[in-house]
Amino acid sequence: MKKIIVVGNGMVGYKFCEKFVAQAESKNFKLTVFGEEPRPAYDRVHLSEYFGNQDAKALEMAPREWYENHNIELITNERITAIHRSSKKVSTIKDEHYKYDYLLLATGSAPFVPNITGVEKKGIFVYRTIEDLEAMLEYADKLKTTNSDKVRAAVLGGGLLGLEAAKAVMDMGFEPHVVEFAPKLMPRQLDTRASKVLQEKIESLGINVHLSKATNKILGDETITGMEFGEYDKIDVEMLVISAGIRPRDELAKTCHLEMGTRGGIVVNDRMQTSDPEIYAIGEVVLYNQMIYGLVAPGYDMAHVAVNQIIGNSDVLMQRDIDMSTKLKLIGVDVASYGEPFMPVEKGYSIIYENKTKNLYKRINVSHDGKSLLGGILVGDASEYNMFHQIYLNGLPIPEDAEELILGSRGEGGSSFGSVMDIPDVAQVCSCESVTKGDICCSITEGDCQNLGDVISKTKATTGCGGCKPMVVDLVNETLKSLGKEVKETLCEHFSFNRQELYDLVKINKVSDYEEALNLFGEGHGCEICKPALASIFATITMETPNRQVAIQDTNDKFLANIQRNGTYSVVPRVAGGEITPDQLITIGAVAKKYDLYTKITGGQRIDLFGAQIHELPLIWKELIDAGFESGHAYGKSLRTVKSCVGSTWCRYGMHESVTFAIEIENRYKGLRSPHKLKGGVSGCIRECAEARGKDFGLIAVEGGWNLYVCGNGGATPKHAILFAEQLDDKTAIKYLDRFLMYYIRTAGPLVRTAPWLDKLEGGIEYLKQVIIEDSLGIADELEIEMQGLVNKYECEWKQAIENPEMMKRFKHFVNSDDTDDNLVFVPMREQKMPKAWT
Amino acid sequence: MQDILKQYETVTQADVKEWFFVGNVSDFPENSGACIKYKTKQIAVYNFTRTSQWYACQNLCPHKMEMVLSLGMIGDKDGIPKVACPMHKKNFSLKDGSNLGGEDLKIATYPVKIENGNVYIGFSD
Repeated sequence: MKKIIVVGNGMVGYKFCEKFVAQAESKNFKLTVFGEEPRPAYDRVHLSEYFGNQDAKALEMAPREWYENHNIELITNERITAIHRSSKKVSTIKDEHYKYDYLLLATGSAPFVPNITGVEKKGIFVYRTIEDLEAMLEYADKLKTTNSDKVRAAVLGGGLLGLEAAKAVMDMGFEPHVVEFAPKLMPRQLDTRASKVLQEKIESLGINVHLSKATNKILGDETITGMEFGEYDKIDVEMLVISAGIRPRDELAKTCHLEMGTRGGIVVNDRMQTSDPEIYAIGEVVLYNQMIYGLVAPGYDMAHVAVNQIIGNSDVLMQRDIDMSTKLKLIGVDVASYGEPFMPVEKGYSIIYENKTKNLYKRINVSHDGKSLLGGILVGDASEYNMFHQIYLNGLPIPEDAEELILGSRGEGGSSFGSVMDIPDVAQVCSCESVTKGDICCSITEGDCQNLGDVISKTKATTGCGGCKPMVVDLVNETLKSLGKEVKETLCEHFSFNRQELYDLVKINKVSDYEEALNLFGEGHGCEICKPALASIFATITMETPNRQVAIQDTNDKFLANIQRNGTYSVVPRVAGGEITPDQLITIGAVAKKYDLYTKITGGQRIDLFGAQIHELPLIWKELIDAGFESGHAYGKSLRTVKSCVGSTWCRYGMHESVTFAIEIENRYKGLRSPHKLKGGVSGCIRECAEARGKDFGLIAVEGGWNLYVCGNGGATPKHAILFAEQLDDKTAIKYLDRFLMYYIRTAGPLVRTAPWLDKLEGGIEYLKQVIIEDSLGIADELEIEMQGLVNKYECEWKQAIENPEMMKRFKHFVNSDDTDDNLVFVPMREQKMPKAWT
Repeated sequence: MQDILKQYETVTQADVKEWFFVGNVSDFPENSGACIKYKTKQIAVYNFTRTSQWYACQNLCPHKMEMVLSLGMIGDKDGIPKVACPMHKKNFSLKDGSNLGGEDLKIATYPVKIENGNVYIGFSD
């Protein structure tokens, strides 16, 4: 068995392992991987996410067990110090020796630290490894305890990585400053105008940008206090992160006399072989085409080539032209460049669209004959990147008037480029996993893939950065359509109906429970999609609580509480309209204290108690119910809260009693299950302090009554609710709400909130008005009667549960022991407690 | 945390050294899961009433190291019995413990025996 030693366990080194074990021939080799960092390879591209969650595990390319399961020996925390080419051995820092038949160098690069006076001072960091980030965090904590003011941090370098680092220091609570030597940001990828658009956008987010600055000196005694650019030109900063480019980690190759570039980098041929044919090198340590490639995609391609060369597929070679196109989200701003971003006049001409009010910039570079797209830049909105990139890579035809590419077609027929199906089969759609359009389409036409999920697990497309997902979805849908397969919206593999069809089937056939529904209309044993969807349908037909069919409830509904990190639960009693008495506050406080719960005010004007263990839930609720509280249904896809402002009761601007009305509405719909969560708001005047327009339904007091707004939400895709009817009296407002909610509950898909439901409703808001206000379908009475039926049947499900010993059985961690979960660990935080972080 | 994960290794019928009594059939909810304790281990036990099949696996979800799999919803994917973790809906086969989303996560499974209405889980330690 031949031995391969991989030196370096970064992203590219890992990719080599992944691609290697996927080959059948790999069983003839023994793979040993050395990494000098303590952890297995992790995703450096998304390093800044570590600041958000400090979850190193989430960044891992694969857990340690993966290497074990694939028979790869992974030795971390151990640096290779020498290569002995004559005896084909490497030695480690612990002076151990390992023999190889093939050696692969994937040592990557190290941050380049320019030789500035004072660069050795405390408070100066580089940005490359998790350890770098941990050191920064630790230093930041120290700074924050000694400084009362906002602490300033600079990033040296305004390239890709520098801007990522700027985001990171901003997330750490510093005032961020970016210092760049060039007169523009991202000088290698963007032209001056695009760079300006990006700069204005990130400045508006609070990042200070200093351009054309050459740093002479770092100021301060032992610790950095500032940076000096010229005699009278300096800034005060307490921390500095250097991100001024990379240098290949080529010292091993140098000492064993492999051929090197004059300015570093290991020279390789198109087989990824170094000047020693048994030593291969890939990634950022490599000089190929006289270039160091600091992007992950070319590194992955090199890994692919090296794997094939070593197992004997000698015709797999590295391509000459390396695509340096990139698309990324920098500090929330889309930035993309592809092909030739800057255009020399002799090659073609450029069309530029710039809109400063929207921070948008688009540039396309077109050949002189107007027939091909040579490259371009997108800032602000890069949604067209995939299509442009494919057109560029494959030389697809472009519209006669090239400006239509960025300005849209003004004539008949909408879209300026054809369908995704026009892309040639060889076009690479997913560059992370090297999946072509042909691979995707053939997996359906010739393979046995039936849907998107099948295609993803078969081809691995979209599993890298995920940027190609929209294109893969389109390709799958178009291919299915071309085969005459209906792309039907169905619940899951167990029910070939959509939610509305199932709602009708259950109601008309008076189906009594999930098992019966599965027997009558479904197949298999169900899953986590159809079970809660049907639970919701049963609840909105009969108002049954989750206590009746426990097995089909989502875990939250099963335990009538919200499951949180580390498997504890949170408790939220209903506080209708946000109105709460001092005695009720005392009760909640006393309960929280007794059970040592973390308390926080929620966005919905109530109080959340975190950290309860499963067996404590009934005890806590018993006390709350005895004091007159009810379930707040914070765990359910159901009515949450109706938020209110204080209204005319106290406010000198108030037009009507918004609190009274909010309480009435919240109590009317409490316990109502729906396709997704439902939130409401009532404001006493147009100042809108209850933020009613950010809710699924909102009422705003005006002269002569209430204005009713529907289908808004906050969250990931915020949407203002739309004006539905004006100057309504209380009774009419409730009548319309009854009809609206019932109509939504009947017709929406599972987990679809009111705003996306309205988006999909043919005819939109005008159609909805006809149905609800003008009763164009003749169902208004029916909707009202149904809603009244549900309202009448309301029962507090927590009260129901604690009064029934049979139902209480499930609130226990172990079946065979009264012990509690001993894996729960809490740590103190600001006089309360929190779950210990994931490791 | 890695140590917690390490104590879970798949046991096959042939490996069983002890059939550990964990309760009566009626102690386990129908078409759903529950958790039992064996020495320092937490094991999720599932009662697929529709097919009269029982399965057991580690209670620990290897994705975020949470003791929650017994709370997950059960069902099938293409006929393979599975559990969906309640935290992030990772799906695991209860036949062989593999991740059905193709990810490199795996859980240990244990054999279940039903005798005279009693439920036993097979362990090798």
